[in-house]
Amino acid sequence: MLLIQCPYCGPRPELEFAYAGQAHVARPADPSATTPDQWTEFLYLRNNTRGIHAERWRHVRGCARFFNALRDTTTDHFLATYRAGEPMPVLPMGQKP
Amino acid sequence: MRKFSGWTLLKEAFGGQQGWTPQWRRVAPQPEYDAIIIGGGGHGLAAAYYLASEHGITRTAVLEKGWIGGGNTGRNTTIIRSNYLFDESAALYDHALKLWEGLSQVLNYNVMFSPRGVMMLAHTVHDVQVAKRHIHANRGNGVDNEWLSPEEAKAYCPPLNIERNIRYPVLGAALQRRGGTARHDAVAWGYARAADALGVDIIENCEVTGLVRDGSGAMEAVQTSRGLIRCRRVGVSAAGNTSVVLGLAGVRLPLESFPLQALVSEPVKPVVPCVVMSGSIHAYISQSDKGELVIGAGTDAYTSYTQRGALHVNSHTLSAVCELFPAFRRMRMLRNWGGIVDVTPDRSPIIARTPVPGLYVNCGWGTGGFKATPGSGHLLAWTMARDEPHPINAPFTIERFRDGHLIDEAAAAAVAH
Ligand SMILES: Cc1cc2nc3c(=O)[nH]c(=O)nc-3n(C[C@H](O)[C@H](O)[C@H](O)COP(=O)(O)OP(=O)(O)OC[C@H]3O[C@@H](n4cnc5c(N)ncnc54)[C@H](O)[C@@H]3O)c2cc1C
Ligand SMILES: [Zn+2]
Repeated sequence: MLLIQCPYCGPRPELEFAYAGQAHVARPADPSATTPDQWTEFLYLRNNTRGIHAERWRHVRGCARFFNALRDTTTDHFLATYRAGEPMPVLPMGQKP
Repeated sequence: MRKFSGWTLLKEAFGGQQGWTPQWRRVAPQPEYDAIIIGGGGHGLAAAYYLASEHGITRTAVLEKGWIGGGNTGRNTTIIRSNYLFDESAALYDHALKLWEGLSQVLNYNVMFSPRGVMMLAHTVHDVQVAKRHIHANRGNGVDNEWLSPEEAKAYCPPLNIERNIRYPVLGAALQRRGGTARHDAVAWGYARAADALGVDIIENCEVTGLVRDGSGAMEAVQTSRGLIRCRRVGVSAAGNTSVVLGLAGVRLPLESFPLQALVSEPVKPVVPCVVMSGSIHAYISQSDKGELVIGAGTDAYTSYTQRGALHVNSHTLSAVCELFPAFRRMRMLRNWGGIVDVTPDRSPIIARTPVPGLYVNCGWGTGGFKATPGSGHLLAWTMARDEPHPINAPFTIERFRDGHLIDEAAAAAVAH
């Protein structure tokens, strides 16, 4: 079980959280001007990164808030968590998702 | 290829088992092939075998970054069934099931296909309705599936608890008698041996690190940890790592890779005569020929490539198993492991051409592709040999997500595997 740092509540066990997929996927601003390929990108295509992955979590059995995290999917190690709306933090070693 | 029979077994037994030789060649990659399969799991090995046996493309190589069958092929719980809801899926999975039925003879290798029946439990009114809908849809498609009352389910699987006083009582079950299990390693080895005999090179410890395209954008070569190999027809069958491999050619796919875990108990005498699955409470169980109970869980919550998962996922499954089979409460679990499964949004696979000419993909089998091994290999080989899909895999494109033609087993299935 992972120990996850909620940016609002601090470290809590994974059981309190729900995973919510890749982070920073923006809904197309003008739906009627959006092409089928752009909809496909928004709805279905994902980075599925092997390495550092920017992703959303929700502290559903705690404060219930969504936040973002950077996690290495080859180790499941969390490198950072940050509040929704905040920019992606710069990692100490300069690694990027 | 040395032909196996009861006689060869007997002969080796009397010879002290000293006469066995390697069943496929260990070779270095050649500079060029007519076809390359990336990924030496059951699917990739089957594709290579059918490329050689059905399409005469024998200058074929299977490139495997580890050892063959070391991925999900060697990690799965080997449940085989074809009772999927939609017409497209029923055709796809039943195509595979029919190939399973004759596979040991065709490969001259005992894959231990055992059609012992797959029983899927219903615990709620909704489950009952879903199961019956599946049964009727399956029958319409010529796929066997039948409804059992709780008493009939218990007669088919005596250790099952059908008391009404448990949290999720058994209200009935759907039984596919033609379903069952097979021996995972034997499937990889049997295909490898048969493909090798037709001239296919099986190259282990060979990781693909680049996909090289020519000026027109078409496939020209693959870069590997053992050098550059020229090839204009490349099929990717890399399961959980498909996004990574296709990413080498800049192709994005509707896939997410999740850990999926399984565990086995200490071996005991025969007690579970069939496969029992419960989608609603996330547990499934069968018994291997060695006597271990083979138990599977649901996926972990988050994407990962670690090939391991969290303990609470297993405990959740075990609590369900203990309620359904009270006799197993004091069994000890021996081993637990995980594999990485590539999941599509509609939970149906992709066997198709990609936007890159000469590059083909077989992926998205998620938590349930072992059952499809012969079928998917057969269809990928067809698609690569003719540069067009077989009618059975024609609906299973990448473009279905753009065009809205989902084959939504995710919404339809009460169960994952
Ligand atoms: C715990 C668990 C239980 C399961 N239970 C069932 C079940 O009961 N029934 C069922 O039908 N299905 C089940 N599945 C799903 C099933 O195992 C998979 O869908 C299926 O095995 C995928 O087939 P494959 O042979 O293509 O995969 P794999 O055996 O994973 O083969 C893919 C291969 O590609 C190789 N590869 C990856 N990247 C590269 C690269 N860059 N270069 C070279 N090689 C590469 C990998 O090393 C791997 O060997 C289960 C899976 C798991 C993990
Ligand atoms: Zn919180």
